[in-house]
Amino acid sequence: MNAPVQKAFLAKRDHLDWLESEAIYILREVAGQCQNPVLLFSGGKDSIVLLRLAEKAFRPGRFPFPLLHIDTGHNFPEVIAFRDRRAAELGERLLVRLVEDSIRRGSVRLSSENQSRNAAQSVTLLEAIAEFQFDAAIGGARRDEEKARAKERIFSFRDEFGQWDPRNQRPELWSLYNARVNPGEHVRVFPISNWTELDVWQYIAREKLEVPSIYYAHRRPVVRRRGLLVPVTSVTPPRAGESIEEVMVRFRTVGDISCTCPVESSAFSVEDILEETKSATLTERGATRMDDQTSEASMERRKKEGYF
Amino acid sequence: MQPLRFATAGSVDDGKSTLIGRLLYDARAVQEDQLAAVERASVRRGGPALDLSLLTDGLEAEREQGITIDVAYRYFATPERKFIIADSPGHEQYTRNMATGASNADAILLLVDVEKGLLPQTRRHALIARLLGIRHAIVFVNKMDRVAFSADAFRELEQRVRSFAGALDFQSLEVIPGSALHGDMVVERGESLAWYAGPTLLERLHALPASAEDAAAGPLRFPVQLAAKPQQGQPRGCMGRIDSGHLLVGTEVLVLPSGKHTRVRRILTNGEEREIAVAGDSVTVVLTDELDVARGDLIVDPAVPPREARELQATLVWLGQEPLRPGGRYLVQHAGRRTLARIASIEAKLDVGTLEETQAGEVALNDIARATLRLQSPVFVDSYEAVRATGAFILIDEASNHTVAAGLVR
Repeated sequence: MNAPVQKAFLAKRDHLDWLESEAIYILREVAGQCQNPVLLFSGGKDSIVLLRLAEKAFRPGRFPFPLLHIDTGHNFPEVIAFRDRRAAELGERLLVRLVEDSIRRGSVRLSSENQSRNAAQSVTLLEAIAEFQFDAAIGGARRDEEKARAKERIFSFRDEFGQWDPRNQRPELWSLYNARVNPGEHVRVFPISNWTELDVWQYIAREKLEVPSIYYAHRRPVVRRRGLLVPVTSVTPPRAGESIEEVMVRFRTVGDISCTCPVESSAFSVEDILEETKSATLTERGATRMDDQTSEASMERRKKEGYF
Repeated sequence: MQPLRFATAGSVDDGKSTLIGRLLYDARAVQEDQLAAVERASVRRGGPALDLSLLTDGLEAEREQGITIDVAYRYFATPERKFIIADSPGHEQYTRNMATGASNADAILLLVDVEKGLLPQTRRHALIARLLGIRHAIVFVNKMDRVAFSADAFRELEQRVRSFAGALDFQSLEVIPGSALHGDMVVERGESLAWYAGPTLLERLHALPASAEDAAAGPLRFPVQLAAKPQQGQPRGCMGRIDSGHLLVGTEVLVLPSGKHTRVRRILTNGEEREIAVAGDSVTVVLTDELDVARGDLIVDPAVPPREARELQATLVWLGQEPLRPGGRYLVQHAGRRTLARIASIEAKLDVGTLEETQAGEVALNDIARATLRLQSPVFVDSYEAVRATGAFILIDEASNHTVAAGLVR
């Protein structure tokens, strides 16, 4: 084949093809290098993309890893239903470990019943990794989300306490990923590190992926608190003096109920969401996360403690 | 369009953080909450009202120590193209970080302060970029506002940049005057540099080719990542990514290390048949004959095969906290294959200011050395200049599992 034909072929490949190919390569490296990996699946959009990429990497074979969800017990029911249905459709094994069980064991202690369980997920995740002796956990984190993530490796080493040490990361050159660990240690692997929120939605649109209904505009009771729309649920009741409004909203991220806020939206389709994402004036986490606003370094601290 | 990955190098004093902040801000990659955080931090630190350099501010661990630890990755996109910046800190461990950032980059963006001229640090960054095989360089001559946007000041510096970089043989070298602080020639042209007819920084970034185009023109190199289970009497699929060259259904290929010749029966992506795949594509390849193919095998062009090597002459960029142990044993990871290596000899160290050979001595963090490695089992290599994918390797310390060196086959 001559050079012009090659060039024409390359020109047809867009940035999504490039990102997809890189992610498939990374997933196959996990399968090739690790003894006992797991893929973290929450039912959120980023992990939905991961599952699609895993299909592309391994079908017609089975996935070389089970799926794992760390369930805080404070979830949107639509997301849990979606999670179970998606895993069943794929015919892959879904493991669920509950923060509730860690609370019962005493490894998670909360100061009040309705305190956010988001940070507590780290404990349950590390307990699950120890229980199954996973040596790699694949996650859907992206570098554009947050400045602590911007410096994280694609294969990110965790010591026997599950900790990330930003000062002592393994250099990562070319595509030569180093997943070697000793027993009790593991790596976190982030195949969509180089994707942005817009890339994720463009991919969902291109692949026609189903996402839980709460990503689309719907009416929901909320209260306005410190610039965020806080959904009114049993876990997040209104505070004294706050008035409940019905607002047309959608979720940009789907996490623990106690710390995830929706944004005002009239996006009823993926195309609408793409338009909204292109013209968004707030970052994904800035618009939606109560837990990232507590200090400049919230995410960095949680990550050091073993967070996703 | 292929995304463009570029590495930046320079220190805070050159205005690098301000330049990246300006690029992200003017390319509308900064959102209101990030901007509000920068405004708050600007006020707290008593600087200008909106200090764009704070957009790229790093980790708590870094602020505590007042240093930048590591390469940070940043993203922005225009309607035409996605860009990935590998932002390497200037002072600390510049060789290690530059090498990491440059290893996947299509281009290097170097910053020069028009008042300070060409500093040794800039020369070092350019040299390391070239050593790592980057073919396109952009030199942004910053702080033109400090010299009243003088064309003479720029042209004099441009001359010196071109005479230094000429020897490095970049395929393209663009020198652009501008002001990161005021935004001239970053995304907008501004009004103060009317005498300059060349592209803005963003225009130049748009025009640069991604290295996938170079890789596609090279000889076929397809490292097998995984062998699939055989399906209904068909030979098993070989999963991997084409790192160099292209594959066509029906072409003859050579499988290494077995040395067997066979043909490509099918190329699959996501279960769909295709006729052709090129460098950068992750695919499953089914061969005509049932061969015992496994992870670490290499499928190549039989007309231009890589060289079988039990001994490697290589340039090592040392990344480990502990110095190289002469005669020591390390794991080599090369194109999906791992084997043991012993450092047989160190021929010379390279001066990172000139890349000239100096006497061999202790090889420690941030040093570059020429060494000979003896391997337990053979690998199939090309020179790094010829084919990146089969010319690059890393060394891993068996005890700590740390990646301690980047290797480039000579």
